[in-house]
Amino acid sequence: MPDYAWPDAQHRTLIGTRVSRVDSPAKVSGQAKYTYDVHRPGMLYGKVLRCPYAHAKIVSIDTSAAEKMPGVKAVHIVQGPGAAIHWAGDEVVAVAAVDEPTAEDAIRVIKVEYQQLPHLVSDAEPPKGGAQEEGPLSMDALDDMLDNEMPAGQMVSQIQQYGITEKPSEGRLNELKEDGASDAVLDALRTAAVHPEAASKLPSSYQKAAAQTVGDPEKAFAEAAVVSEGLYGIPLIAHCCLESHGSISEWTDQDHLFTHISTQNVSGIPGQMAEPLKIPATNVRVHQDHIGGGFGSKFSPDRWGIFTAEISKKAGGKPVRIMLERDAELEVAGARPSAYARVKVGAMKDGALVAWQSNSWGTGGPGGGGMPPIPYVFSIPNQRQEHIAIRNNIGPARAWRAPNHPQAAVLTMCALDDLAAKLNMDPVEFFGKNLNLTKQRENTYREELAIASELMDWKQKWHPREQIASGGMARGVGLSFHTWGGRGHASDCDLTIHPDGSVELKLCSQDLGTGTRTCILIVASETLGIPMDAIQLQIGDTTYPPSGGSGGSTTIGGVSSSTRRAAADARDALFTKVAPALNTQPDQLECVNGKLSVKGDSSRSLSWKEACSKLGAMPLTIRGKNPDRSKPPDLTNSGVGGVQMAEAEVDADTGVVKVKKMVAVQDCGLVIDLKTAESQCYGALIMGISYSLYEEKVMDPSTGRMLNADMGFYRLAGLSDIPELVVHMMTGKGYDERGVIGLGEPPVISPGAAISNAVANAIGVRVPFLPLTPDRVLAALEQKAGA
Amino acid sequence: MRPFEYVSPNTRTQAISLLGASWGNAEILAGGTDLLTLMKDDVVAPKRLINIKGIHDLHGVSSNAQGFHIGALTTLGDLADDATVRRNYPALAEALPEAASPQIRNLATLGGNLCQRPRCWYFRNGFGLLPKNETGKELAAGGENRYHAILGNEGPAKFVSPSTLVPILIAYGAKIRLEGPKGKREFPLEKFFVIPKNEGEREHDLRPNEIVTEVVIPPASDVRAAHYEIRQKEVFDWPLAVAGVALRMRGSNVKSARIVMGYVAPVPWPSPEAEQALMGQPINKDTAQRAAEAALTNAKPLSHNAYKVQLARVALRRAILKAASGGVS
Ligand SMILES: Cc1cc2nc3c(=O)[nH]c(=O)nc-3n(C[C@H](O)[C@H](O)[C@H](O)COP(=O)(O)OP(=O)(O)OC[C@H]3O[C@@H](n4cnc5c(N)ncnc54)[C@H](O)[C@@H]3O)c2cc1C
Repeated sequence: MPDYAWPDAQHRTLIGTRVSRVDSPAKVSGQAKYTYDVHRPGMLYGKVLRCPYAHAKIVSIDTSAAEKMPGVKAVHIVQGPGAAIHWAGDEVVAVAAVDEPTAEDAIRVIKVEYQQLPHLVSDAEPPKGGAQEEGPLSMDALDDMLDNEMPAGQMVSQIQQYGITEKPSEGRLNELKEDGASDAVLDALRTAAVHPEAASKLPSSYQKAAAQTVGDPEKAFAEAAVVSEGLYGIPLIAHCCLESHGSISEWTDQDHLFTHISTQNVSGIPGQMAEPLKIPATNVRVHQDHIGGGFGSKFSPDRWGIFTAEISKKAGGKPVRIMLERDAELEVAGARPSAYARVKVGAMKDGALVAWQSNSWGTGGPGGGGMPPIPYVFSIPNQRQEHIAIRNNIGPARAWRAPNHPQAAVLTMCALDDLAAKLNMDPVEFFGKNLNLTKQRENTYREELAIASELMDWKQKWHPREQIASGGMARGVGLSFHTWGGRGHASDCDLTIHPDGSVELKLCSQDLGTGTRTCILIVASETLGIPMDAIQLQIGDTTYPPSGGSGGSTTIGGVSSSTRRAAADARDALFTKVAPALNTQPDQLECVNGKLSVKGDSSRSLSWKEACSKLGAMPLTIRGKNPDRSKPPDLTNSGVGGVQMAEAEVDADTGVVKVKKMVAVQDCGLVIDLKTAESQCYGALIMGISYSLYEEKVMDPSTGRMLNADMGFYRLAGLSDIPELVVHMMTGKGYDERGVIGLGEPPVISPGAAISNAVANAIGVRVPFLPLTPDRVLAALEQKAGA
Repeated sequence: MRPFEYVSPNTRTQAISLLGASWGNAEILAGGTDLLTLMKDDVVAPKRLINIKGIHDLHGVSSNAQGFHIGALTTLGDLADDATVRRNYPALAEALPEAASPQIRNLATLGGNLCQRPRCWYFRNGFGLLPKNETGKELAAGGENRYHAILGNEGPAKFVSPSTLVPILIAYGAKIRLEGPKGKREFPLEKFFVIPKNEGEREHDLRPNEIVTEVVIPPASDVRAAHYEIRQKEVFDWPLAVAGVALRMRGSNVKSARIVMGYVAPVPWPSPEAEQALMGQPINKDTAQRAAEAALTNAKPLSHNAYKVQLARVALRRAILKAASGGVS
């Protein structure tokens, strides 16, 4: 068995250093091509007619005027008469025309008659005593639970308690498995009671999940020295990818499709397109060079990706481009589910947490949405949770960077912070005291908490909530903890060494902007012993070996492992060919800085080029492949912890909040590129500031439409809203030897809770819901003044 | 965007003759930073677009005894860089770079700034300036009105006047000049803004065949003025409250005051109550606060915007104090 293990610290030259992104020059000079930049010869422009109502039935569609319009090449009915629409902006008809204005004109002359139905776009607290359904679960509801990463235990207990509306086929079960359903969930589905009659019943908007209890919360609350109760929440936000969703599709012949698509999942797209298009997955070629943001919303080709291909076919195979407009991007292309809760927590006098009770609710659109994993990070010994999922017409939710964790962090860390305030304890001391409840992460968190406190100068900055300046500017600090999995995904790669010394590496991964290209090259270069720029890396095309989707922070672990394997095997194969020429055994060879030499005797050496000429006529190609997920991981691992602190300043007269400083201390096992790892955390903090202070989907109650589907009122933080950001990556002993672990999601989990806690510390009162806008801050201050 | 006819006249007379007698058929195109967005979103759909940028005498600035003349086509960027503005109208010079972004200021004209349409999200989403749903129900009053009017909102108009420059211009006593087929009109800038009562009416006292030609600001060497804006984001954000203040002092007491609020009503909102409260008074925290309170006494917030009353008050108080201390923040 070859030894793939990561080199130890003394033997690393590149891994763990700060390496600049290899694609930065292309990106900053505008040479990098995003899907949005793709313009194919003879390309047609597609436009979509969208339903203006949040809930409606299509009665009739008349496309005749559009079909007759000069320049219109294809008209495609996406949802026909009889179809039910569940959110405004849903697709009804698509057209392709020779240019954008013609396509728009064509859309405008299509006549659709709708029957409007009552809608709900609110996610306010479910009315007490209102109709709350505890009915059997539909397949949609199950999909939704998986999307929301509901813990398997919760799913199983709900399936057992409520039953399901239809018996899933083995094929359907397989799909669920691919979407992440555990074996326990699948077994529960196989044996669940089936209630088909419930499927036809008009569903209530409020679906109650089975209550869960651990230990004896009632008794624990009775014995607790201090109990704190509060209301917390985090709204529905859009993914707001700066490059919108969409694709350019063309048929290269009757049954071969070529698609450029903005996706986090290049390898996974053909399989998802094949079935609806009724062609084998092998006949779908997908290509993407660069992507302008996905955040969890770009794993599937989407309905519009499929009909782009269908319209292309109708238009004789010509390339058709449909990239979503900004308003559609914000309305239909994904949202992070909201989560709200009334939380009660209890602790003993010394701060030891003993009891948790939460009544939570939230929405993920028409499917409802699961309960976030609360209490988060801290396994409080006695707990009780009740959750109501609101099914409404705000549009479909999608996985958003660490699905359900930012919500869980806000609901948990803010409640615990309020408890610390009631105990009159410094949160660092309070959370520190309870770190035993974080189980296997305890040591990591303890080390991180100490470093974060130092970097924030917490001791100087924290003050009890009562000690605040009245009026004028108030400052405060807050903190939060988070965790994530991040084990590497399946990833194949082909590494080829040519007899002339050139090297290429191909895999159908994607670089989400996280630095994947750079990290792959670092690993290949470190392993082969040749410079990064001596290796040609090709990603983003389905003609290369399949590599997993970039979700769940699985990419870095996946691609670094398979690259390491392929490079190590290729290097050893080359050593075998070269050893006779240097009169030695292969295992006596090493390659450093492009020079192959006998270990300990640098006089016996060959340049890389000379060495490769010993390969003979044929290049050497090695396939790198990661071990099956059922085996324990070797080069990658799962489970990280992070601590973040925020300092905020509040203008108590206007309620305007400014974040003044953020500290992120994060572990992710062995760091491949320290620079891109730090950048990942900076980016997450910026996104975190955005969703803490500005972002929210504003829905109009009466028309059911999103009112701020533009960049003017869907606010994102700008440069001048970003303060000093301090990132510290945990490396060295205790971290490096765990292997490579994903980092895409974890650092975006805590900002909401940390910033909310900083504001509470600054003004002495909790602002219950994000985003922390002036109206909410002033309302909290007023309530405090009245109390 | 719908098809339209595009014309580029070179004189005012030509431009005026190309405009129609009713709204909706023709629109004037200046920098296009607002109009093109409205057209792309199908909120306005003119059949004819009259590009006035070729009319030379609408560009540029000049000074005479009447004051400082700003041609309607002067860009906000040029105005921000203008030495006279900086020297003689420092509060306007401060307001300019806070508006929009450098790119937009390089295109946006002052005339367009005065005539820009409200940012009300119901209006921008195609529900009308006095937004109603299909059953005739008023949308803003019972809907998402967190950014809407707290004053002058008794009628169906609930939007807020969008320019951040207008309050300080009015405070400085600016006049607007218009030209149409019947000749020229000139009146104080505040009179240019009106509250529409019926859908189809506009929020400006501008006839469909008139153009804005210039703005004149009287000399202000004895004025202490200040502009203050409350925005959530540091830059490039629609404000929540704006205040423009111009004080004339006799010794350390106020001889006369011009106080104007923005983003509180469908029109820029001068406050005679606040002006009265300051008359003959020295400026300090208490008098500024009293004036600010007087200005908001009649505020009638909608369901979700009571917080704006506090913000308008704070903006005003801070602007008054800033003006008195010489306009330095
Ligand atoms: C992102 C963004 C941020 C902004 N932020 C701010 C801000 O902070 N503060 C602020 O005050 N403004 C702000 N604006 C508005 C901006 O100042 C205006 O869009 C701009 O001044 C309009 O000028 P324009 O020349 O581009 O007008 P156009 O878009 O060409 O025209 C706007 C309207 O005025 C009419 N019009 C133009 N010129 C004349 C004329 N001479 N006579 C009669 N009618 C005329 C047009 O017919 C049209 O209806 C912002 C705009 C954007 C897009």
